[in-house]
Amino acid sequence: MHFDSSILIPVLPEIFVLTLACIVLVVDLFLKDEQRIITYGITQIGLIFAAVITLAVVQPDAQIVFDGSYVRDAMSDVLKVAIYLVSFVAFLYAKDYLKDRGLFKGEFYTLGLFAVLGMSIMVSANSFLVIYLGLELLALSLYALVAFNRDSKQGAEAAMKYFILGALASGMLLYGISMIYGATGTIRFDELSTALASPDLNNMVLVFGLVFVVVGLAFKFGAVPFHMWVPDVYHGAPTAVTLFIGSATKIAAFALAVRILKDGLGELLMPGGWEGWQGMLILLAILSMGVGNLIAIAQTNIKRMLAYSTISHVGFILLGILAGTQEGYTAAMFYTLVYAIMSLGGFGMVIAMSRKGFEAESLDDYKGLSHRSPWFAAMMLLLMFSMAGVPPTVGFFAKLFVLDAVVSVDLTWVALVGVFFSIIGAFYYIRIIKLMYFDKPLDDSPLTAGMDTRIVLSLNGLSVLALGMFPAGLLSICTAAFAG
Amino acid sequence: MTFEKFIFYVLAFVLIAAASMVITRRNPVHSALFLILAFVASSGIWLLAEAEFLAITLVLVYVGAVMVLFLFVLMMLDIDVATLRAGFMKVLPLGVLMMLAMVAELVFVVGPQNFGLEKFAAPARHAADYSNTAELGSVLYTVYMFPFEVAAVILLVAIIAAIGLTMRKRPETKYQNPTKQVAVKRADRVRMVKMETEKG
Repeated sequence: MHFDSSILIPVLPEIFVLTLACIVLVVDLFLKDEQRIITYGITQIGLIFAAVITLAVVQPDAQIVFDGSYVRDAMSDVLKVAIYLVSFVAFLYAKDYLKDRGLFKGEFYTLGLFAVLGMSIMVSANSFLVIYLGLELLALSLYALVAFNRDSKQGAEAAMKYFILGALASGMLLYGISMIYGATGTIRFDELSTALASPDLNNMVLVFGLVFVVVGLAFKFGAVPFHMWVPDVYHGAPTAVTLFIGSATKIAAFALAVRILKDGLGELLMPGGWEGWQGMLILLAILSMGVGNLIAIAQTNIKRMLAYSTISHVGFILLGILAGTQEGYTAAMFYTLVYAIMSLGGFGMVIAMSRKGFEAESLDDYKGLSHRSPWFAAMMLLLMFSMAGVPPTVGFFAKLFVLDAVVSVDLTWVALVGVFFSIIGAFYYIRIIKLMYFDKPLDDSPLTAGMDTRIVLSLNGLSVLALGMFPAGLLSICTAAFAG
Repeated sequence: MTFEKFIFYVLAFVLIAAASMVITRRNPVHSALFLILAFVASSGIWLLAEAEFLAITLVLVYVGAVMVLFLFVLMMLDIDVATLRAGFMKVLPLGVLMMLAMVAELVFVVGPQNFGLEKFAAPARHAADYSNTAELGSVLYTVYMFPFEVAAVILLVAIIAAIGLTMRKRPETKYQNPTKQVAVKRADRVRMVKMETEKG
């Protein structure tokens, strides 16, 4: 048997991240607590290198290697680089938070890197088996990260809920996959789409499997009515972990949905109207936008509020995917990347506002921020405007592209519902701005965030504005990912 | 009915009966024991399907290792069944409704009309010297190399997560230091005392 080692080249980013995670794991054993910054340094430099390597192995054509287990294409390149960079920023924000709470340990970075590896594998999966393994790798790391603060009862409870519901979702997904395998005889996405194109297929079994797969996906995405874990996990996890779950994993969830629904089951978009996945996704999207935006209004805890806001944004991402056109996927990808940036900024602000022994979790803690720190109040203003979708921030364009894609497949009523709920949603984003600018501060202590957090957070806030002024660059990257 | 079919029905009946006992027993230890029975019955069914390696793995790994650990944990924990069952009756109707809907769907879809013998012919019987362990081994490191490696990484993460979540340094815990124990000299432990002989 002959082994062609050139098939390893497309997989280099994953190989590198795995090696990095193992190096961090071992090096960390030999460090004293005060040298922990070295672990952090290796992780961060490694993530940048991973992004560089991903760019270095870019090829114009898609490559499928390892007997159809692994695919490297334009979409995987973009999403992987995004995941590495978003994780880099998330770890950067997390550093001071972890230090102040005695959580600055090597396991955070080891588990974080394994989660990054899991996401990377999901992005490049070309079969149900690999995508499921990537998902479990990610999920297992996240369960442990949510419970990372072992002295926190809330954290343990959140991790338990996340674990049980995650296991249930995995079960659903696997059951659906087994049905689809039963009907088509393959688990490879490229073979699946050819198998589905043949007319003498058993539609009943396929649709049955599809329902379970979509339910599993919705659980992982946190779409209504499978969203119950989202607020509890966001609230219970240490903010540093919430930041990571809220940003990077949404990119992976998007990849999961696109790989399964577009690459694998694209033929099932709508056989006979509502039977295909478009109908199911319409329901999920509308419910997510509705429930997410309405319940967010009632929240007094900013982490819970941002959790419900995530649910509503997931609705928008699904809106783009359900269009089922190249334009729709592009818009959904644009939305996902933009959401990851906004979510990083939002939770980054929560971390920057907190300090040793104080969690800025209540909305009241944001009162009068403009007196305490006018610059960061302005950054938060940009981020909130962007989440609400106010021009000229990039959130506006993200929503616009998605709605445009939905309207162009004659689902205008769905687009209208989306607009309606985002108007409702604007209320709670703008309420934060009102608290920051028009209310008296509860305490006048200045922000204690470190210089690196300050600089990156400022860049993060400004990027929302800059991308809003010039969305063409990011849009063309997203378009190229789905071209051809 | 052939003898093989008879065996299958016996095993299938035992499996379903054991599985329903798992979820209805009040004592979790009993549930775990019935789960072992369910594993053994399903490994028998796998043997009938000529998946000998998987069948023996199921017994070795699940019955031999996983369930023993599981029983161990169950016996160490003091599980209060009464509080666990407090909300049971309240959600029971909803649960039964969901279950009936699922079972109806399953029967409707996974029945003979979709998966019957006329749709999928029974696989040909393999020769007596056919080794499905060798067949598994030959694809595991070739066609499924990538998923196999990823699965290995998942196990590594499980180890790291388990240790990371449970290991605590407790200064008050007493433990043995093997290095010290080995390096110990006679003089460290034994003190010769010169005593005067008793008179009297």
